[in-house]
Amino acid sequence: MSVTEFRPKIVAFCCNWCSYAGADLAGTNRLGYPAEVRIIRVPCSCRVNPLFILRAFQRGADGVILCGCHPGDCHYSTGNYYARRRMTALFSLLDYLGIEKERARVEWISAAEGAKFAATMDDFVKTVTALGENRRLEDLRCKTK
Amino acid sequence: MQNEMIANVSALLADGKVDRVLGWKRGELGWDVSPAVFHTPRELQQEFVYDRYCGANLSKYLVAECRKGGRLAIFLKPCDRPAFELLVKEHRISREMCHVLEVPCSGSYSYDPEAEEDRLDIRCAACEHADAHPLHKQVEDIEAMTPAERFAFWQGELSRCIRCNACRNACPACTCESCVFDNPASGVAQKAATNSFEENLFHIIRAFHVAGRCVDCGECSRVCPQHIPLHLLNRKLIKELRNAYGEDASLTAFCETDPEPSDVIGGGNRA
Repeated sequence: MSVTEFRPKIVAFCCNWCSYAGADLAGTNRLGYPAEVRIIRVPCSCRVNPLFILRAFQRGADGVILCGCHPGDCHYSTGNYYARRRMTALFSLLDYLGIEKERARVEWISAAEGAKFAATMDDFVKTVTALGENRRLEDLRCKTK
Repeated sequence: MQNEMIANVSALLADGKVDRVLGWKRGELGWDVSPAVFHTPRELQQEFVYDRYCGANLSKYLVAECRKGGRLAIFLKPCDRPAFELLVKEHRISREMCHVLEVPCSGSYSYDPEAEEDRLDIRCAACEHADAHPLHKQVEDIEAMTPAERFAFWQGELSRCIRCNACRNACPACTCESCVFDNPASGVAQKAATNSFEENLFHIIRAFHVAGRCVDCGECSRVCPQHIPLHLLNRKLIKELRNAYGEDASLTAFCETDPEPSDVIGGGNRA
């Protein structure tokens, strides 16, 4: 019996107007990124309620990354500025509660940055794999295998 | 003090300047004082009390009372004032309907029936020494721990939570009509028996919900039947937001030059 290697579950919230297209571009350029990443398309990075992120962890995500447009480039002018403050507050609270801060990340990736998207996901998956399974924010009742 | 207050509001009631009075009512045991609405000078005479157990902030009761119309007299201690101002600012209560009577406070106490002694509320211990604020100190102590120690510390505190929702109900910054914690489909509405995550999530959401609006009144810690220092979560957010965005930091505003999350908490992005 072989020991199965730990493969993290990564949830990536991607803004429809930039990172989601960036992921597409990575695909059309045939740049591989890890299959552990599950992309969820959102209309804007500020659509992501902090509860979405907590809920992802609760249901068994090992890492959550929020990708949005570069500051100043938001399709709705200012959404990512709000997201930036919100996530700063949320991540500092998670860190304060002793949850590994490397598990959550915000990254600005434009539609033209397919290579950055692939590199970011590679790096994030490596970081989370090194951290191991998310034990501190899981919920055994609704965790998916 | 108490008699003076009763005389003042009785005069207001008699003159028809106010219709109701929000104050504190004597309980059966002396220390179980609770907020109450008084309609007549007679009621005031019989039940009104103002003593060391009157820690409850009355501001939040105005939200329901203002809907009933009429004019209200309300007693505010110095530390209740920010909560009142917040509710006015957010249009939750009507300033015109309220007749504010400021009362001095020399610290509020909660009685601990097990230890059979009075305990000074933690916000009061800090009240007159703004520089050496013990709560700031406690936040810094927690920050100095390793993540594993912090996690253990908070598990120890939060696992005592019985999900009575008292912290939510007492919070003057949280006056929502419907609440995610009352929605059974939300996945965060009940107490879990399996592991302690439920409490953890509850308190993250509760603290985050009032981030940038918390008036630091300390009601959440005061009402907690399990004596969880919930206030420390709110204080951390206040501190963090102030450091990053200046004095009147708010999550409903932004600045183009705001720092990145990774600059504030470390880890995270590679720029």
